[in-house]
Amino acid sequence: MKKICLMFVGLLLLNFVQAQETFQVNGVGDKRDGCYAFTNATIVKDAQTTIKNATLLIRDGKIVAVGESVAVPADAVVVDCKDKFIYPSFIDAFTDYGMPQQQRAQAAFSFGGPSQLTNNQKGAYGWNQALKSDVEGHKLFSVDDARAKSYRETGFGSVLTHQKDGIVRGTGTVVALANNKDNFVVIKEKAASLLSFNKGTSTQTYPSSLMGSIALLRQTYLDAAWYKNNPAATGLQGDGVNITLQSFNANAGLPQIFDPADRGAGDVWGVMRADRIGDEFGVQYIIKATGKEYQRIKEVAATKAPLIVNLNFPVAMDVEDPADARLVSLQDMKHWELAPTNPGAIEKAGIPFCLTSSDLRDAKSFLASVRKAIENGLSEKAAMDALTKTPATWFGVYDKVGSIEAGKLANFVITTGPVFAEKTTLLQNWVLGEKHAVNESAWTSVNGNYTLTLNGATPQTFALEIKSNNSATVIAKDTVAATFSYDGKVVKFSFAPEKRSRNNIRFTGFNTGNTFNGTAQDADGNNFTWTAVYASAAKPDTASNAGGRGRMGAGGNGGGAAGAGKMGKVTFPMMGFGVDSLQTNAQAYLIKNATVWTSEKEGILQQTDVLVKNGKIAKVGKNLSDASAKVIDATGKHVTAGIIDEHSHIASASTNEGGQSVTSEVRIQDNINPDDIDIYRQLSGGVTTSHILHGSANTIGGQTQLIKLRWGADDAGLLFKGADPFIKFALGENVKRTSSTQGNNRYPDTRMGVEQVLNDAFARAKAYEAALAQNPATRRDLELDALVEIMNKKRFITCHSYVQSEITATMRIAEKYGFKINTFTHILEGYKVADKMKAHGVAASTFSDWWAYKVEVTDAIPYNAAIMTKVGLNVAINSDDAEMARRLNQEAAKSVKYGGLTEEEALKMVTINPAKMLHVDSKVGSIKAGKDADLVVWSDNPLSIYAKAEKTMVDGIVYFDREKDAQMRKQVQAERSRLIAKMAGEKRAGRPTIPATPSYKEVHICNDHSHKLGMLEIEGEELANQNDNK
Amino acid sequence: MKKIIVTLSALVSFTAAAFAQDDVYPAAKQSKKTAIVGATVHVGNGQVIENGTVVFDNGKIVYAGDAAAAPKAENTIDAKGKQVYPGLILPSSNLGLQEISGVRGSTDINEIGEFNPSVRSIAAYKAESVIINTLRLNGILLAHTIPGGQLIAGQSSVVQLDAWNYEDAAYKTDMGMHFYMPSLLSRGGGRGFGRGFGGAPAGDPTKEALDKIESVKAIFREAKAYHQKGADKQINLKLEATKGLFNRTQKLFVHCDQIKQMIVAIDFVKEFGFDVVLVGASESWQIADLLKANNIAVILTQEHSLPTTDDDDIDQPYKAASVLQNAGVLFCLNDDDPQNRGRNLMFNAGTAAAYGLGKEGALQAITLNAAKILGVADKTGTLEVGKDANIVISEGDILDMKSSIVTDAFIQGRAVAITSKHKQLYDRYKHKYEIK
Repeated sequence: MKKICLMFVGLLLLNFVQAQETFQVNGVGDKRDGCYAFTNATIVKDAQTTIKNATLLIRDGKIVAVGESVAVPADAVVVDCKDKFIYPSFIDAFTDYGMPQQQRAQAAFSFGGPSQLTNNQKGAYGWNQALKSDVEGHKLFSVDDARAKSYRETGFGSVLTHQKDGIVRGTGTVVALANNKDNFVVIKEKAASLLSFNKGTSTQTYPSSLMGSIALLRQTYLDAAWYKNNPAATGLQGDGVNITLQSFNANAGLPQIFDPADRGAGDVWGVMRADRIGDEFGVQYIIKATGKEYQRIKEVAATKAPLIVNLNFPVAMDVEDPADARLVSLQDMKHWELAPTNPGAIEKAGIPFCLTSSDLRDAKSFLASVRKAIENGLSEKAAMDALTKTPATWFGVYDKVGSIEAGKLANFVITTGPVFAEKTTLLQNWVLGEKHAVNESAWTSVNGNYTLTLNGATPQTFALEIKSNNSATVIAKDTVAATFSYDGKVVKFSFAPEKRSRNNIRFTGFNTGNTFNGTAQDADGNNFTWTAVYASAAKPDTASNAGGRGRMGAGGNGGGAAGAGKMGKVTFPMMGFGVDSLQTNAQAYLIKNATVWTSEKEGILQQTDVLVKNGKIAKVGKNLSDASAKVIDATGKHVTAGIIDEHSHIASASTNEGGQSVTSEVRIQDNINPDDIDIYRQLSGGVTTSHILHGSANTIGGQTQLIKLRWGADDAGLLFKGADPFIKFALGENVKRTSSTQGNNRYPDTRMGVEQVLNDAFARAKAYEAALAQNPATRRDLELDALVEIMNKKRFITCHSYVQSEITATMRIAEKYGFKINTFTHILEGYKVADKMKAHGVAASTFSDWWAYKVEVTDAIPYNAAIMTKVGLNVAINSDDAEMARRLNQEAAKSVKYGGLTEEEALKMVTINPAKMLHVDSKVGSIKAGKDADLVVWSDNPLSIYAKAEKTMVDGIVYFDREKDAQMRKQVQAERSRLIAKMAGEKRAGRPTIPATPSYKEVHICNDHSHKLGMLEIEGEELANQNDNK
Repeated sequence: MKKIIVTLSALVSFTAAAFAQDDVYPAAKQSKKTAIVGATVHVGNGQVIENGTVVFDNGKIVYAGDAAAAPKAENTIDAKGKQVYPGLILPSSNLGLQEISGVRGSTDINEIGEFNPSVRSIAAYKAESVIINTLRLNGILLAHTIPGGQLIAGQSSVVQLDAWNYEDAAYKTDMGMHFYMPSLLSRGGGRGFGRGFGGAPAGDPTKEALDKIESVKAIFREAKAYHQKGADKQINLKLEATKGLFNRTQKLFVHCDQIKQMIVAIDFVKEFGFDVVLVGASESWQIADLLKANNIAVILTQEHSLPTTDDDDIDQPYKAASVLQNAGVLFCLNDDDPQNRGRNLMFNAGTAAAYGLGKEGALQAITLNAAKILGVADKTGTLEVGKDANIVISEGDILDMKSSIVTDAFIQGRAVAITSKHKQLYDRYKHKYEIK
């Protein structure tokens, strides 16, 4: 029992602290050098090196020596660590420990509220309030021992901490988790620079979207370089003193950590989105993982970004109520099952990574979560490195922390066994040479048989068997269970010598070696003293056999059920109707005997064959044959080119950057989301190409993105390669914020102002172009770059428009600056100025029959498309609606009903006509040899309401097949049933569950019309605000 | 902001004045016995008569059947090669209560308060709304115009779409009471909100909603007691207005979509004996047998919808109607799209036809079934003798947009004008561009 005594000595030294030279002492000086020798320990110096029967010697908060033959100096306090393990304490790479609390007020853009168009922060700062590069974590930091304690209890000794606020967040600092003066705790003042997509407490309206955050960062890199390299930049014609850019430049040499999940879309694509910004500016970010990297591990590995990985594994939901379970998506259930495999998948992919305890619901569950990751494929060595050496190396503090070596800080933990093993208890956590008790009662087992003597008038003796620190039995007249607790110091217990007796005797006392001594009181109030003397060892109990040797934390029987049983597959995308593997090789197909709607001058061909090879249309004709091709019998069926939707908002993580009236710098391309079920649903309606537009919140919106609906592909894989770039403009009620309930303060407020915004933007762009030509050091402006591209006919406009005045005025502005509007989209009064439009040379993309949802569409008529066609415009029918996009063929058919177009003309409005207006008619939009094999096989006349797309192919790959879809429906149901049963098993096993949470779907709409939200649909912008106002 | 609203309303009325179809008059009473001959007659109850004849006189159908046995008429319409249908019925809309959804001044849908049983939609119905003619042009001749709101929103009426004023338009007045049931879904809270796995829900919206529903029941219990009182009772207009529910002369239309909401709605049948119709009911296909067992009818408000969950069959909303049909639930279809204002009713039905209902079944879902649910099947919904002559003639299949072109329509035997503001603007600009 000698060890226990030593432990108590350690306790007395709790307040040993470094004295501060420049500080006054109030009282008697107490400078001690805290020399300790930890002997007979198994010391894990780092993930690779373990030494047994070793000694660790510390002094003055530092490690003096470590090894098997370390001489113990005379002045050392010796702590016998027989059977104990010593590890370097962990480092958490991602915390806001000790940082001031932020007020989370945020003004996102909304159609209702006023805008804040400039930075509200007083001082010589930059233009945008979300750029907080001047923030220095070590100056804000202050010790918070309550939080430090909870970190220490799970093995951490130091953390990187930063203020989680803003898109650029300034510097983070590495601090020890000691209860000491702030001055001693800071290990490295500026250890990293941090970034995110979340503007945090900034009340400035811009940026209000994910793509806006990305654009702001890109512009900031350009501005910072300009500010640094151009002497004029600091002058009166430049920015003057700009603390924000100064600090941004000053921090450029630090490790750059990016957190893409904080108000990102919450999807794995955040990693790629962040990395692309870094790639553009020669920065390799360390990226905070989203937890979903396993879903797209190939893409994540390709970023080459080191990751900081959290262990926030979802808890099972209570899915016993089928009505509740129905609303939980397969995507969420699959993620619940596979999330614990994420760290292992990251390790296996060879990605350097750290682990963090951040985002855990319960900080205490950290070690259990690491264990769960280990059970699911993470190696213990990698886990150890990820918590010690890796973060220390990244932040340049490996000379101080991250391993047990002479000269480093005395930051280490003492455990009863291998640190990741389930039975292991963390005993002490030493930080800067100062001991913090974690669970000392487990240092020594007091289990065993004792002789308990109650010293009354007639001493009574009982046999006391202590089974654990929380349970004991007493053999008196009967064998009775005692209410027992021992916390390493104090013991408390009570029992009644006879069963059903009311004579309960209550004991309290201390342990002194092999003996407990204390006082007791019986039910009558008589007081006694008592002793309990160790007699013999307890019977062996396999269950309390802690840890074990060798292999730590053997998998399978651990805390979570996830390690056991059959696991689901990763699908692409990771959701219902996702595919097991990506199709890349287009096979040859021969579509036989179809009615082929060519959308070419050949018209509609009866009993015709279409041969598809290498993803292209090889031949169109009668009686074709090709031995290598798989035959699709299309007798009685119709074949058309894939439908092209000129106006869509699917597959993007944000749609509107309404923070300013001109946001030509934002790009839909930056936030493509391939995990959108609407891609698959639209394939089922024959759509193969969609033009993903920015919304209509402002006059000059963002750059658009043309995609092909390659279901399962990654975000880059959806892009329509080689297509001309476009940009969205908008006019009228939306951009003048007519629906604003609290008044509009963002220019323009009238159509007169809209014209001026356009005029001014291009005037600025022209001046900018001239300045650039004259002086290449001119500040690069992403907003104006896009406008210069328009003037040089390298980028093309699709312009949301309704009434004839704004249509005409916009054409005239374009003409003034020497370019044409490419497309007017919506264009519901196009019929009134179709002749003027024809003269200008603009195309029209319209709705078939929408009207009366606001004043500017009171004159909208369903004959619009027909009139414009007859006047000679190139007319398309678009959706602007994820549901209607599934029926664009039928929407086109309405122009037969309204205005008497031919069926052939009608189909062209969703095939070759939009292809032409998007400048991709050489590749798609019609059935012609040499074009991309984007084809649809229909069950019926494609203009009929009874027609169903049976097969939809893109680049010769069948992405939708109605027969295969029928099987997938069954698979979805089977996989759902399997996971529901598995979750229910968690509940029955008594493991924690949370109430079933419906899987709400973020939808991004252009805010133009009253989109009816489905039961589980939530508008994306609303969602983002709720997240931040948590 | 008020000024702006006023300006906007002014603008609306100006536009309306310019193209208010001021020269399009409600039709005069039927004066001549009329026969429609040579057409394919779709009775509305599933029956189809090839080369059929429909004869109507004094606003009533007097014959529908084979050409051979048809009675003589003074006026004959040759509809050879065309299709004849009962007038289509839009079973749930805010027609006549709103011109432009973006303009507050043009909107009379939601009254203040959560218990408004005495509020009546017919009192605000604008019989000359420019929306109306665009529906008629597509064969929609009757509509159910309903108030919106929270909890008990008020009473609705069925209107016919060719009238000088609301009293002329009224086809069946105050036949429905509308209950908008609060959502029973937890919207979650905290960071994980919207991402499936989140923190604990903020508050308990489900419990709050159930409390609200209970408060509605409590009022109905008091109303029931109130109706037992003698004639000398002090009149309470709100409670008085619930009388029709208790004697089943009025139906309770419960607006809800979620499974649990619909199950709660059954309580109103069980406890109060109300005649309940579910409106919206996108999830009703999952409890079709339960609805059938409790004689609850369903108005599926929007066939053209995305599936509720990502995991649902991609065509789930399209085929929901056929599930109800197979289970024997009385249901009808609707068009609730705020962008086309109801005029695509027949195409919603067409989609249902393609996904299991069949063409005649789909037609029935927007004619006879709608009439039954709205309590007007004694007067309309089929081309049967004795019913009002509410008749549509289309060049082709009315459910399929490529052939759905209405050439003639009759409401109560009156030959209504087949034109609209849209058609007038079309003509105006055909003139400008010299389009034939």
